[in-house]
Amino acid sequence: MSEHSHTTEGHGHDEHAGLSKGKIWKVFGILLLITVIEFIIALVLIPKGLMTQHIGNYVYIVLTLLKAFYIVAYFMHLKYEKLGLQLSLTVSFIFIIYFIVLMLTEGGFLNLHMLHH
Amino acid sequence: MNAVSQLDQVKTGPWNGGRSPWSVEYGKIMMWFFLLSDAFTFSSLLIYYGAQRFSKLTWPAPDKVFQSIPGVMEHGAPLVFVGIMTFILIMSSVTMVLAVEAGHRRSKKEVIGWMIATIIGGFMFLGCQAIEWTHLHHDGFWWGHIPSAEELKHFFNKPEDVSLIASQQFANLFFTITGFHGFHVFSGVIINIIILIMTINGTFEKRGHYLMVEKVGLYWHFVDLVWVFVFTFFYLV
Repeated sequence: MSEHSHTTEGHGHDEHAGLSKGKIWKVFGILLLITVIEFIIALVLIPKGLMTQHIGNYVYIVLTLLKAFYIVAYFMHLKYEKLGLQLSLTVSFIFIIYFIVLMLTEGGFLNLHMLHH
Repeated sequence: MNAVSQLDQVKTGPWNGGRSPWSVEYGKIMMWFFLLSDAFTFSSLLIYYGAQRFSKLTWPAPDKVFQSIPGVMEHGAPLVFVGIMTFILIMSSVTMVLAVEAGHRRSKKEVIGWMIATIIGGFMFLGCQAIEWTHLHHDGFWWGHIPSAEELKHFFNKPEDVSLIASQQFANLFFTITGFHGFHVFSGVIINIIILIMTINGTFEKRGHYLMVEKVGLYWHFVDLVWVFVFTFFYLV
């Protein structure tokens, strides 16, 4: 029995063999590129009026989530884990999404309330 | 084959016992679930910050609050210093994965090298954060302290935008959230140093695997991940 579990563990390690060095530097390049794009938006596009701050904010959030995906999927290796682990870690964020909607609605209401008084 | 022998058959599904259904070692799963709970903590802080910002009519402009490179120039360089900090943290995340990769090949020498690089990156980030805090503190921001209404005009896009409540909320939340993140970086550096010493002592070489390097690696990447969000919501938006 113990021998059996030992071999499965050993097998698991082979499956989990890490990212190659090339892939690591590629992900680094992507993260750096996304950050550079964020800086171009913040320092060039918005000050020159080529993009409004409002649209810029949405772009920042999309780019941030993209960066988060690359860090979690590749650096933290989640992309290569079993589906069950992936789901148990990601589905929980439904509570966070709910909390964001809840609190920002509240904040937005207070903002309007203060405008009219 | 009759019914009894079918009952006697040993089930071999992933969840029937005797094996690890996700093929992930115990400690690594626990690290993942700790990070999930930590993500909830950071989310709560950032969501409260978002709610505060949404509720205020104006807010200090990041480009005006953070526009100095300490020791180089006082004004006119928005986001440059924090850009350097972001680069340092991403870079130290890369050296951490390289340490994990070297661990897979059980190359003790390379693990040591990359762990040292990661620790240096961590200290550099902490140093930058200390400078950033000192700078903001000299400007007059602190927990419960803000500059005078006259001075605050420099930190808002328009002089008539100045809001004392918004400035105070900004100061409290900036120091609390970056402080909580900095505390995570600091503990990460300490843990990395412990793992480095264990690597040098040959603990993992004797153990036959470098799984501990992977586990601290997860923590270190999480710290980087949180910074990505702090950076966006404090410095860009």
